[in-house]
Amino acid sequence: MRWPNSRNRPRATGPDTAPGTGRRLLGLLRPHRPRVAVLLVLGIAGVALSALGPKLLGQATDLIFAGVAGRQLPAGTTRQEALARLHAEGHDTLARVFSTVDVVPGRGIDFGGVGRLLLITLALYLAASLCTLLQGRLAATVVQRVVFELRERVEAKLARLPLSYFDRHPAGELLSRVTNDVDNLQQILQQTLGQLIILVFSILSMLVLMVVISPLLALVMLASVPVSALLAAWIARRAQPRYAEQWAATGSLSAHVEEMYGGHALVKGFGRRELAERGFDEHNDAVFAAGVKAQFASGAIEPAMTFVAALGYIAVAVVGALRVLSGALSLGDVQAFILYSRQFSQPIVEVASIAGRLQSAVASAERVFALLDADEQRPDPRAPVRPARVRGQVEFARVSFRYSPGTPLIEDLSLTVAPGSTVAIVGPTGAGKTTVGNLLMRFYEPTGGRILLDGTDTALMTREEVRAQFGLVLQDAWLFGGTIAENIAYGRPGATREEIVAAARATCVDRFVRTLPDGYDTVLDDEGSNASAGERQLITVARAFLTDPAILVLDEATSAVDTRTEVLIQRALGSLRAGRTSFVIAHRLSTIRDADVIVVMESGGIAEQGTHSELLDNGGTYARLYAALKEPAAGAAHSAGRPDTL
Amino acid sequence: MLITLLRVRLRPYARTVALLLLLQLVQILAALALPTLGAALIDDGVVKGEADSVRRTGAVMLAVALVQVCCSLAAALLASRTAMALGRDVRSAVFRRVLDFAAHDVGRFGTPSLLTRTVNDVQQVQMLVVSAFGVVVPAPLMCVGSLVLALRQDVPLSLCLVALVVVLAAVFGVLLSRMSPWYALMQTRLDGLGRVLREQITGVRVVRAFVQDTRERERFGELNSELNGISLRVGRQIATMFPVVLLVLNVFGVAVVWFGAGRIGSGAMQVGALSAFLGYLSLILMSVVMVTFVFLSVPRARVSAGRIQEVLGTAPSVPPPVSGARPDTGTGLELSAAEFRYPDAQEPVLRDIDLTVRPGEQVAILGSTGSGKTTLLNLVLRQFDVTAGAVRVGGADVREWDTEVLFRTVGFVPQRSQLFSGTIASNLRFGNPAATDEELWRALETVQARDFVERLPDGLGAPVAQGGTNLSGGQRQRLAIARTLLRRPRIYLFDDCFSALDYATDAALRAALAPELAGATVVTIAQRVAAVRHADRIVVLDEGRIVGHGTHDALLRDCPAYQEIARSQLSPPTRPVQPAGPSPVHRFSAEEAADALAEQP
Repeated sequence: MRWPNSRNRPRATGPDTAPGTGRRLLGLLRPHRPRVAVLLVLGIAGVALSALGPKLLGQATDLIFAGVAGRQLPAGTTRQEALARLHAEGHDTLARVFSTVDVVPGRGIDFGGVGRLLLITLALYLAASLCTLLQGRLAATVVQRVVFELRERVEAKLARLPLSYFDRHPAGELLSRVTNDVDNLQQILQQTLGQLIILVFSILSMLVLMVVISPLLALVMLASVPVSALLAAWIARRAQPRYAEQWAATGSLSAHVEEMYGGHALVKGFGRRELAERGFDEHNDAVFAAGVKAQFASGAIEPAMTFVAALGYIAVAVVGALRVLSGALSLGDVQAFILYSRQFSQPIVEVASIAGRLQSAVASAERVFALLDADEQRPDPRAPVRPARVRGQVEFARVSFRYSPGTPLIEDLSLTVAPGSTVAIVGPTGAGKTTVGNLLMRFYEPTGGRILLDGTDTALMTREEVRAQFGLVLQDAWLFGGTIAENIAYGRPGATREEIVAAARATCVDRFVRTLPDGYDTVLDDEGSNASAGERQLITVARAFLTDPAILVLDEATSAVDTRTEVLIQRALGSLRAGRTSFVIAHRLSTIRDADVIVVMESGGIAEQGTHSELLDNGGTYARLYAALKEPAAGAAHSAGRPDTL
Repeated sequence: MLITLLRVRLRPYARTVALLLLLQLVQILAALALPTLGAALIDDGVVKGEADSVRRTGAVMLAVALVQVCCSLAAALLASRTAMALGRDVRSAVFRRVLDFAAHDVGRFGTPSLLTRTVNDVQQVQMLVVSAFGVVVPAPLMCVGSLVLALRQDVPLSLCLVALVVVLAAVFGVLLSRMSPWYALMQTRLDGLGRVLREQITGVRVVRAFVQDTRERERFGELNSELNGISLRVGRQIATMFPVVLLVLNVFGVAVVWFGAGRIGSGAMQVGALSAFLGYLSLILMSVVMVTFVFLSVPRARVSAGRIQEVLGTAPSVPPPVSGARPDTGTGLELSAAEFRYPDAQEPVLRDIDLTVRPGEQVAILGSTGSGKTTLLNLVLRQFDVTAGAVRVGGADVREWDTEVLFRTVGFVPQRSQLFSGTIASNLRFGNPAATDEELWRALETVQARDFVERLPDGLGAPVAQGGTNLSGGQRQRLAIARTLLRRPRIYLFDDCFSALDYATDAALRAALAPELAGATVVTIAQRVAAVRHADRIVVLDEGRIVGHGTHDALLRDCPAYQEIARSQLSPPTRPVQPAGPSPVHRFSAEEAADALAEQP
């Protein structure tokens, strides 16, 4: 029995690793440094230009106000005289207010001046938008390049990872890293590249302008900054575990649903429908409860921020108005300030939300980097050798192998296989029967000893060279989403249609392909709805057939294939095996008995090796297995089993 | 699709949604009141020089801000509750519909696809609803509200805002309609890339064995470049959107000041209104920008909604019983002139099946892959319904049986022995939750699984991984048989479920099983002649027809199809073999094998 191995579970993300990951994430941008520099300059220019806007609009308002005030004052007097008269009439406040603008008594609004100011503002805004536009497009380009390269790196990495990595990690988890995590990185980089720095800069530039206009009001504004920051952080901290809870609940819901759908017929046929529904409802309610909390927590950030911003706005308006009344500030300045206060809260809220998104990006990056950092298979020798002519002689020379250091699986295996002969590997499930094939094809490397192919150590050859000599038929029929013809020609992409059909004919594929409406151009889908398991298995046999290898590695578990087809496969494999060395994970007695060498595996390694009669004489494991096979035939009073298989 | 789904599923929450809208309305009115009050602060306080008025207005503004935050928090809570409830309801509806499905319907979608539809697709729709409530609903209210308040301040200048709304709507309309097809395309390309990666990861052995690494990398590279081109386009379109919108807004800001100056100059408007107008402008902008974000997620949610509706709109191909009868007239099994064909298929899978199995009888069905054996059992189990003829259990048509009662009467062991995550005990009790531990052990003993379960660290409580992957194929099969035994059905259907057992276990199991099955109606599917030859009767299926029916000996004599199968399996001589002795049981030789093959047509 193989119980789930706790050591292989993905490690929880430690917070201590985050800074390094962040740096590496930035490192991805390094090749694009010039572009990043340009986009930063553009972004900053855009921010600076648009930050001046409210100030200019404020000046325009002052001009308008001056016009309004001027009209209220008698014409022909100077500004001082007019203000003095207001004081004299007891309108002290009004006098102070008017003193903040450049009022000319008797003169109305200076439309020429206002128009000039507004044209400048317009030009500024135009330039600012242009800068932002270029910055955004540049950022999009950089992000796409970075993600494109990251995908290529991941793909290249997958090709260099040893098979053991794939065997240790569930396919779903690996897939999630190379798709979901990379997508997540792309989305977040897209949203944040340039933004963060630009937002910070826009906060700073507005701050400077506000201090210039009125240090007091700036101070009032600033007071709201730590409040919003703390509030955002507080809410985010509360939201985080809620999200974790929601994802965990969704995970167990998915697991339940998957299991119930997978066992659909059983669930219904065993009257479990009600229980399945009840279980589902429990999970579903848990997702609901966690989801409401998580959504509310994150949904509360915005109203909270808006509230703080509103407080800032009110404070600025009230304090500003009082300052105008005391003559310390012009009306236009207050209005500019109010505009700033509105725009000021925006980048702060954004920085807060970006910080949240970045956390998720760092988590994704960490998982992607962990994949990129995984140990690779030993590189091929720089000066690889190759056997002069591959005849199919295989020699195991004192080969040892263990998956984990403590538990040897193969110890000191020596075995010479003459070209064209058959090696049957027998043993119970879990004994490691596939290991021999794994070592032969260099999916795994022996921990000791050598494997020689026609006298050449396979470790000195390139892996591709070694594998090119082999044909492989596995128990699970892996086919890719393409046509039947493409799948048969998988190992020889250049094969002609005639060659494909010939291979198909030799392996009983042709017969059923002809019953399909599109024949060889039938596209096999993921779910295998247009080809049965047996038919898919046949296609993999045809695929191996077409590559015409010197050596075969076959898993004979053809339980999915009916007996008549199986006979045809056996016949096809028989002619395929002719003149080729074969390693067969054997289930059929006939294969085993006729094999030139039988390797008997038991959990813990290779128990015995030899020919059928030698092993029977030994009276060891094989003899026991064989006896088990004989024994029930004696008392087979009722329906008998399968005399033909081990 | 999306609209339909939302309309139907939101109906039960109409009241909550109404309350939500009300809260949003109040919240927006409060948000709008702030710039207005700000204008009053300037006009009544500053321009007239009254400090008290400034303070009073300030206090009112504070109160308004408080009202706003309370309302929007409450709205956020309602929005998340409603969206999550909607998600929960849709998930539940999809799950229940899938349980209504027959095997054929499940197969048509595929389990992974159904899982995605139940979980991920619903999530997409749910996320859209969350943001729709938070953003899309308030946006038009905000725009309209701003306009109304602006009209109150100054009618001619409000035309500026009207123009702004029109222009912004036009700009967004153009940008979004240009963008959304690309966005949808990007999604498909992403899915395509994911599919290739899945193939490469699950098929890594084959890829490497056939030395196709380079080709796979090229395949990936092509898709990656293609995706890159499309996402670059989308990225640039998004990058264009915001500067353009900001520019529109700023231009209108300048226009408001310019025309406002004219209005103020002519004495028609006060100075404070200017800052109020600028405030409204930014409120309108904010809401429009937010809506844009939501609209970007619409194409995705629309696809998801379509996929969900597809499941909900698929009627189970096996309808529920008409009368829901609970016949208890016996446990014979009868197929008469039964035919089954898939919808639109030219050829039926099964035709003219006439077969009667009486209680206490054991009938075996033999035939090659694709001959329709499993389909025949599925007709009894109502995974499919006959397209002609009838299937009767206890004399009553299975289509009239109450499904629960039918399934209590008919127990089956499927070909693929699937277990569920849990423990050995929970799996055994799958069909009979009330079974005692003693009963479990007895069933385990019958199926020859007692030994290995006893050896497990936790015995009956030993954990079973999902799908039973921590057990060997033979162990799984035995547990699956025990699971069915514990249900104590009166009809047993065994679908080739002894295939992973070694000979010794198989024989012992069958011996122990015999008394358990006494008196029951038993149908066994098998691939091998040896496994069926002691059955009371054997039915030979070929291409959906019964081509032979009788005992082993009779069929060996008269049925060519049976002879062919028997030969192909190189069965040992049918006469009994002596219990002990050196003579090998299987005396077929290479010559015999060659002969057998040569005789085949």
